[in-house]
Amino acid sequence: MCDTCGCNITPGNREFAFRPVAGSTSAISAVSVLKNLLQKNDDQAAHNRRHFDTHGVLAINLMSSPGSGKTALLEATIAALRDEFRIAVIEGDLETENDTARIRAQGVPAVQITTGSACHLDAHMVHDALHVLPIAGLDLVFIENVGNLVCPASFDLGQHRNVPLLSVTEGDDKPAKYPVMFRVADAVVLSKIDLLSVLDDFDPVQAETHLRNLASAAPLLALSARKGQGMEQWFAWLRAELAAQRAHLQAGNAAQPRVRPDGALPHAT
Amino acid sequence: MCQALLVEVADIAAAHGAHGVQTVRLRIGPLSGMDAALLETAWPLASAGSVAQGAQLQVENLPVRVRCRDCDAESAAEPSCLLCGACGGYRTQLLSGDEMLLVGVELVTES
Repeated sequence: MCDTCGCNITPGNREFAFRPVAGSTSAISAVSVLKNLLQKNDDQAAHNRRHFDTHGVLAINLMSSPGSGKTALLEATIAALRDEFRIAVIEGDLETENDTARIRAQGVPAVQITTGSACHLDAHMVHDALHVLPIAGLDLVFIENVGNLVCPASFDLGQHRNVPLLSVTEGDDKPAKYPVMFRVADAVVLSKIDLLSVLDDFDPVQAETHLRNLASAAPLLALSARKGQGMEQWFAWLRAELAAQRAHLQAGNAAQPRVRPDGALPHAT
Repeated sequence: MCQALLVEVADIAAAHGAHGVQTVRLRIGPLSGMDAALLETAWPLASAGSVAQGAQLQVENLPVRVRCRDCDAESAAEPSCLLCGACGGYRTQLLSGDEMLLVGVELVTES
């Protein structure tokens, strides 16, 4: 049991945790508010997004289960595109700087956020990272979120695009099991497809059906970063999104993820 | 998330000069990623020692509802299946279900 989420409160000790407010002479006044619970995070995220926009940068939030190939995708992407775009990476992990070392080995700036026990990045952590990331002149910033298909989906970081990865070593029903994550995708990367020939229980058609069931029109980009399969469509998507972001900025608008996990505030349009 | 909620509640209490909080009312949809039961479990721990200690959480769980862009029907949906209940199409817009809102608080203002 940990001491952060409350799982150490049991039916036996719950009464000690809840203590009613005493005082029969107290006056109670009701105050109505209508606020997103993560309002402070969202405010910080908007600040981060303006920072990216000021520098003409497209920020992409990569999210997935641990081990589905986020860092390998970044390594292959940087190797192929580093002469075309100026790229930097913000790495989120609970511990170690291993992934940052892998990215720096590709010759691009990388900042590691070690979250300790937190299972996701939030906008404040990304803001701190932006203070040490030399952003001037960059085209693309990838934010590699902590490996987790649950919590990262609920925290806006200031990114312009959400890209969850689904590797073929996982179940093809992951979009149905983690709808909060996959519903907010602007593109979904189906990774490690070179292994499909030995994994007869993963059906890419089923995976796409589960994704469409979430009312998602996000493209499903099937690729293998290690074997170099299907990478061109991913690069084409990146080029198109960066061009779209630049066009948005020229028109004076800030690009945003197509669907944002932002409570009752604007829904999918 | 619980700590984020606590910060918001504490801000409201301070703005109204309250010295206690009796009730915190929330609206949560299943597509917000917030688990109401977990939140209720974590709340007493997170709020202990704060102005909101002892406050009761009242969580209203909102249903998932969608409107179809093709046939314009409104229907109930499941978190893992947001298809139109009338025509089965996937070009739907979420009407409700991804909320995580602080709706109101009841403050203890004098004693």
